[in-house]
Amino acid sequence: MTVAGRYVGQSVRRQEDPRLLTGHGRYVDDIVVPGMLHAAFVRSSVPHGLLRGVDTEAARALPGVAAVLTAAELHPGLHPMWQTMMGQDAPAAPFRPLADADVRYVGDPIALVVVESRYIAEDAAELVVADIEPLPPVLDTSAALGDTASLVHPELGSNLAGELPAAGSPELDAAFASAALVATETFHQHRYACVPMETRGLVAQWDPAGEQLTVWAATQGPHEFRAICGRVLGLPEPRIRVIMGDVGGGFGQKMFPMREEIAVVAATRQLGRPVKWIEDRNENLLGGGHAREEQMTVSVAADDAGHFTGVRVEQLENVGAYPFPGNGSTAMAGSMIFPGPYRIPALSYAARAVYTTTCGRCAYRGPWMMETVAREQMVDLLARRLGMDPLELRRRNVITAEDLPFTTASGMVYETVSPAQTLEQAAELIGYDAFRREQAAERERGRLLGIGLALYIEPSQSFGPLGTDGATVRLEPDGRVALVMGTASHGQSLETTMAQVVAEHLGCDLGDITFVQGDTAYVPYGAGTGGSRSAVVAAGAARQAALALRERIVTLAAAVLEAAPSDLEVASSAVGVRGDPASALPFAKLAGLAYFGHAALPEGAPVALEVTERFKAPPFTFSNACHAATVEVDATTGQVSILRYVVSEDCGVMINPMVVEGQIAGGVLQGIGGVLYEHMVYDGDGNPLTTTFLDYLLPTAAEAPAIEYGHVETASRLPGGAKGMGEGGAIASPPALANAINDALAPLGIHLTRQPMSPAAIVAALTP
Amino acid sequence: METQVAQVAMTVNGTPRRATVEPRKTLADTLREDFGLTGTHLGCEHGVCGACTVLVDGAAIRACLMFAVQADGSEVVTVEGLAPAGGGLSAVQRAFREEHGLQCGFCTPGFVVSLTAYLRDHPMPSGAELRDALSGNLCRCTGYQGIIAAARRAAGGMEDQ
Repeated sequence: MTVAGRYVGQSVRRQEDPRLLTGHGRYVDDIVVPGMLHAAFVRSSVPHGLLRGVDTEAARALPGVAAVLTAAELHPGLHPMWQTMMGQDAPAAPFRPLADADVRYVGDPIALVVVESRYIAEDAAELVVADIEPLPPVLDTSAALGDTASLVHPELGSNLAGELPAAGSPELDAAFASAALVATETFHQHRYACVPMETRGLVAQWDPAGEQLTVWAATQGPHEFRAICGRVLGLPEPRIRVIMGDVGGGFGQKMFPMREEIAVVAATRQLGRPVKWIEDRNENLLGGGHAREEQMTVSVAADDAGHFTGVRVEQLENVGAYPFPGNGSTAMAGSMIFPGPYRIPALSYAARAVYTTTCGRCAYRGPWMMETVAREQMVDLLARRLGMDPLELRRRNVITAEDLPFTTASGMVYETVSPAQTLEQAAELIGYDAFRREQAAERERGRLLGIGLALYIEPSQSFGPLGTDGATVRLEPDGRVALVMGTASHGQSLETTMAQVVAEHLGCDLGDITFVQGDTAYVPYGAGTGGSRSAVVAAGAARQAALALRERIVTLAAAVLEAAPSDLEVASSAVGVRGDPASALPFAKLAGLAYFGHAALPEGAPVALEVTERFKAPPFTFSNACHAATVEVDATTGQVSILRYVVSEDCGVMINPMVVEGQIAGGVLQGIGGVLYEHMVYDGDGNPLTTTFLDYLLPTAAEAPAIEYGHVETASRLPGGAKGMGEGGAIASPPALANAINDALAPLGIHLTRQPMSPAAIVAALTP
Repeated sequence: METQVAQVAMTVNGTPRRATVEPRKTLADTLREDFGLTGTHLGCEHGVCGACTVLVDGAAIRACLMFAVQADGSEVVTVEGLAPAGGGLSAVQRAFREEHGLQCGFCTPGFVVSLTAYLRDHPMPSGAELRDALSGNLCRCTGYQGIIAAARRAAGGMEDQ
């Protein structure tokens, strides 16, 4: 364990809490701009069809209606859209703010109604009549692949959104040819969604005289929002100011502005008046972006001792009609991360992504997580075929400390991971062996108890455009500290944890720091809060800037004290000669000298007490964890009760353990929700059936198990030793739970490979 | 279409307030737009998520499901009205901070108001009763761990089960 610092490593209570607890947060729906209009969308009620006409006359006649915009009015003059992460030259993903000649999913925005009040906006939207000639929906991914008659995007000539061809090898062929056992299974994951408690929304204001656009947005990345506005509207980025206040969760959904947000920005520019759009929950579930729907076929070759000798993977993803970002495929990331915590000598990974006439896929907490969902279920299935306990099979294949540094079959290099330690810690914490004995005894009495494990290795994504972040640290004239960052914290507690890092390394009191983020006019460029990047990239920037400012303050103090900088120490917002507390100069005194009393300073003493640094991270920093769950399945009702839930996590040096555990818990409940409750259902005709919280079931406090934590702390090679961990909770929980359920059902000879594992699904499997 | 309007008067967080509203205007929108109390959040507008929970004559209600005209003459308390007059946090709010019972904070006002009303009426709840009481509010960030711990702390350190 690393020794905790004064602030780093402490469960400091959050700076952001008092305002959020008393109703004084400032979310986008709280923004009111003089003259502001309200937008509502008219959406398609059919999954696929030709748009023969849109009658807007009655809506336009309603008092208070400023405009009704269809594609014909809104689109002229708009430029192509692309996300920075995908690059300008990525294969063109279909994009248009509003439907024009046809509609491609239920919820496809057809028109934008802009009105004096939100209530009348919804009245007006109801008066718009769209004449749609239905076409056959495109729903089945396998069938859609070969279908050239029914195309989601006719202009592309195919429903294939993306393809990653298999890259086999002679080693892989040899592994399969000589295997003692080859097991193959296809795992299905259903469609579920991010569902932040705050829906999407923005207020956009165009200043025609200054040709400046201001956007207040619920976003995970104000700079990316700005970049996309700049591309679509053809505006210079400095002419666009994107401001985020408090944001009510995102989980990936708010990483990139989607069609509706872009339509509102285009409308405000066209109308020259501020426009607000707050998505309602029905819209959010219908069209705010979906995730997870895919299937993965895994073939494992193993020797007679159960050692993996090779793996073949085939993935089929349903990316809906308009995915974000890019073509919505996660295959590239999945192919790199698939080997995870195991020694897999040879691997091939092939994938196809398919467009369907459903809501597009968006990023969701660990977007590539099917690799872990399928891999960990496959380990349990292989263990069953081998007649071996899944814990033992994992022990035989897991990467150990002696294996490091380890290069995976996909080329990832691990230096500081500890999957074997987290496996043993989780097994110990949950009392694995004792549970097996209890399980055997209870099976005799007819109770269905099960235990499931899942290991994973989580990459902090800091490659390409995600690789740097910036921080400005400024000593203000009163000796207090402004910390200005390119982050976009929307629940991740960065206002607290980044201040902890700065206080630790600058040597100031935590209470002296004020954190500022989320205004592109003032903050350093940031790639957005997502991808488990913050503890690595943002904290790296905060630390680097704090150390640079500290050096400058020490240089100033050395000049004033006529001492060598090396003889000085910084503590509690003061600098003095080591061993001579009476010599200490408070930061306020030094700031006063630099800003106001500089005439008295010796030549060369620094007066610029403001530092901006950018931190450049390595492409990946890996954390790891093991989840362990025990469950009981009721054979009559199909109800799954989670008895215990344990997570052993190694995210390196924890900046704030309380925040780390909060991130784990939130992710785990999202995974539990996915396996047991949440299901975005389309019927056979392509109509969404779960567009309210009465149909789309989120877990509540009554369903939440008590989560138990174990920590292994292996410092990363980064300065500070941190690793990212924001997504892992949602990545490993689905397979841990699926494995526990299947372990419980094992005496009945049942092995489920499809989610959700709802009571109905389990009862159906139990019914011959 | 002629728009009807109605006058409403209510006491909100101890202060008499008046507004002219359409009969279809919800109490939540009236609190937010007419009275500037934006701590009451709208997460679903169909009565499930509980983010808009406020007290009307002492009872915890969903302000998205009540029209402002129905609250005419009532005593309304929102999340802004729970903290002590001199500043600081209420016992429930302090417990949420202490136990990391919030992350993004969007659902938080609803939880705080709901729990405040529940503990007022049930000073000695069991752990299971607390979980049940909290199950009318949705949170997507915390996995409910910090919220349940905060509820126990605010209830006086009651043990679960």
